[in-house]
Amino acid sequence: MSINMHPNRLLQPSAIVRHAVLLTTGALILVPVVWMVSLSIKPPGEIFRASFSFWPAQFYGVENYTKALTEAPLPRYMGNGLIVCALILGLQILVCAPCAYALAKIRFPGRDLLFAMVLIGLLLPHQVLSLPLFVLGYQLGILNGYAALIFPYVVSPFGIFLFRQFFKTIPDDVVHAARLDGLSEIAIVWKIMVPMALPAVIAFSIFSVVGHWNDLFWPLIVVRDQSLMPPPLGIIAFKTEEAGNDYGPLMAASTLVVLPLVIAFLAAQKWFIQGMTGGAVK
Amino acid sequence: MASVSIDSIHKNYGATSVLRGVSLSIADGEFLTLLGPSGCGKSTLLRILAGLEMQDAGSLSIGERAVDNLRPKCRDVAMVFQSYALYPHMTVASNMGLPLRMRRLSTFQRLPLLGRLLPGTARIAAEIDAEVTRTAKSLGIGHLLARKPGQLSGGQRQRVAVGRAMVRHPAVFLMDEPLSNLDAKLRVQMRAEIKELHQRLGVTFVYVTHDQAEAMTLSDRVAVMLDGELLQVAPPQEIYADPDDRRVAEFIGSPKINMLDGVVRERGLIDVAGSTLAIGADALAGAHLTLGIRPEAFHLAERGGQGVLTGSVRMIEHMGSDLFVHFDLAGGDHPLIARLLAERAPDIAPGQTLHVGVRPDRVLLFDRNGRRLRQEVESGRASVTPIREVAR
Repeated sequence: MSINMHPNRLLQPSAIVRHAVLLTTGALILVPVVWMVSLSIKPPGEIFRASFSFWPAQFYGVENYTKALTEAPLPRYMGNGLIVCALILGLQILVCAPCAYALAKIRFPGRDLLFAMVLIGLLLPHQVLSLPLFVLGYQLGILNGYAALIFPYVVSPFGIFLFRQFFKTIPDDVVHAARLDGLSEIAIVWKIMVPMALPAVIAFSIFSVVGHWNDLFWPLIVVRDQSLMPPPLGIIAFKTEEAGNDYGPLMAASTLVVLPLVIAFLAAQKWFIQGMTGGAVK
Repeated sequence: MASVSIDSIHKNYGATSVLRGVSLSIADGEFLTLLGPSGCGKSTLLRILAGLEMQDAGSLSIGERAVDNLRPKCRDVAMVFQSYALYPHMTVASNMGLPLRMRRLSTFQRLPLLGRLLPGTARIAAEIDAEVTRTAKSLGIGHLLARKPGQLSGGQRQRVAVGRAMVRHPAVFLMDEPLSNLDAKLRVQMRAEIKELHQRLGVTFVYVTHDQAEAMTLSDRVAVMLDGELLQVAPPQEIYADPDDRRVAEFIGSPKINMLDGVVRERGLIDVAGSTLAIGADALAGAHLTLGIRPEAFHLAERGGQGVLTGSVRMIEHMGSDLFVHFDLAGGDHPLIARLLAERAPDIAPGQTLHVGVRPDRVLLFDRNGRRLRQEVESGRASVTPIREVAR
C-alpha cells in the first residue's frame, strides 16, 4: 500500500496544518461574501445590531430583493454588463488570436520588438491610460455610449501574451501540416490554433469577463446615462440616489450582480477541466 | 507522379550554414532516403522541398515545374511528420478529410452551418467522406474514424498521418523520420508497410532518417548527408560495399567499420600493424593511408604471416549465428571488431591470441583527407567504379 493510501493521512500533523491554512484562507475570502448575503435578507433594524448572526430574526429577503429589482433598473444594468462583456470578449479574441499567432509562429523582422511592446502594455495599469483614452474617446465622439465602454479593451496585451505563450507550446509541425493541407494563415489561427488552445481561451475568458463585469473605474469616467451603466456603476448610483443608508436592498442588488458570475463558474468548471486534460498530441 | 530536381540549395541560419550547395535529382517513382546523423540538414532539405522553409540560394523543381515561388499547398507534395502532427481536436475522419475539404470546397462552402445550404456542398462532402473511408480501410484504421488522436496508439496515429497524406494523391510523398516514435517491433512492421505502400502507389518518396536499417531496407537509392553536404548518392548495397568517403563508410554498417592506419611499402604491398597486406593502392611508396575493413571481411587464420593480422581477444559478443570478436592489435590504439561465423570459431576466449586473415578485395582504402582510393586493376580483384551522381 502506497503512502498516499494510508487511511489516517488526514490526521498527520503536516496535513492538519495544511488544511488549517487552506480553511483559514478560504474563510477570510468568503466572510465578506457571506456577510453580503446575510445583510441582503435582514431588515434595516437588524443590520447595525452589535451581535452577528447569519440568519435574521425577521426574514426580510423578499422586501429587499423586490426593492433592489424594482427601484433601480437592475435588469437593465445587468443587460448592459452582458452586452459589454460579450462584445469585449469576442473582439478581444478576434484581435488577440491572430496577433499571438504571428508573434508565436511567424518569423518576421521586428517581431521581438513588437513582443516587447506587448509586455510593456502588460505592465501599464489601465488607470494610467484613462486620461488619453478619455480625450481620444471625446475626439471620436463615442463617449457616453457602448463603444466608449468597449473600445479601450479590444486590444488586450494580456490576451496576446497568454495566447502567444500557449501557441508557442504547439509544435511547429502542426502548423507545417496545416500549411501543406492547404490552410491559409488565418484559417490556421481559427481552425487549428484556437481550438488547440481552448484551455487558454477559457482561462482568458474567465479573466476578461470577471474583470469587465466588475469594472467600476472606466464606466464611471465615460458613462453618464443611467441606461448605459454596467452593474457596479449602477449599484453606486442606486446607493446614492435611491437607497441612502438602506443597506438591505443595496446588498440584495450586489448579490444579484455577483450571482451570474458564480453560476457561470460552477457551470464552466467541468468544461474547464475537460479542456485542460483532453486532446494531447502524443 | 513526378520527378524531383534539387539544384545547389544553400541554407543558412544566421552564421550557421545548414545546407551547402546540395544538388540531387530524384526519378519519378523512386524511393530516395536522405540519411545522416541529427543536425546534418536532412530535415531542413525536406522542409525546403515542401516549401515550409525558403532556401537562401538554389532552385527546386517537381515534375518539370519550378516550385521555388509556390506555397506549400501548391507544390503537390504531402508530408508525414515525426510527431505525426495530427490535429488533436478533430476526429480521425476530419484529420484525413481536411486536405480534401480545403481543396475541393470553396470558402463559402466551408462555412459552418451556412456552407451546407449551398448547392453542391453535400455532394462534395459525401465524396470526401467516401474517399477518406476507403483510404482508412486500406490502412486498417477504418474502425477508428470517429476517434480523436488522443485515443489512438502510436502505430494507429502513424497510420492516420500516412492516411492524411495519401488521400490527396500527391505527386511526391515526404516523410520526416516517421518511425522514430514507435517501439522497435512496430517500427519493423511499419517499415514493411511503408515499402508496400510505395510499391502500391508508385509515386516518388523522399524519406528522411538517421536509422541506417530503414535507409538500407526501404530505399532505391540512399543519399548520405553530413554537415549540410551530400557525400554519396547510390543504391544501398553500393553505399555499403563501395563508399566514396571515409565518413560514409563509418556511418553505414553495424558494427562500425574498422579503420587502420597503413603505409605503402611498395607497389601492391601495404604495412599495417606489424603485418603486410597485398593490396594494390594508387599511391607512392611511403604514403600514409587508412584501411577500412568491415568486420565480416575478416576470417580466422591458423597462424600469423603475410595478409594476416594478429591480436589478443578482449571481449566476445554472441549473436547466435555470428560472433562479434573485439580484439586489440599489438601496438594498436583502439580495438577492432571481427564478425566470425559461430560454427567456424567455436573456442575463442578472452585473452587468447587471435589470427585473422583479410580478403584484400574487401579492404577499402582512404587517403588522408578521407577520400576513397580505388584499388588498382593489376591487383586482380579491383572493384569496378560505377557511374554515379555525386554532388559536392
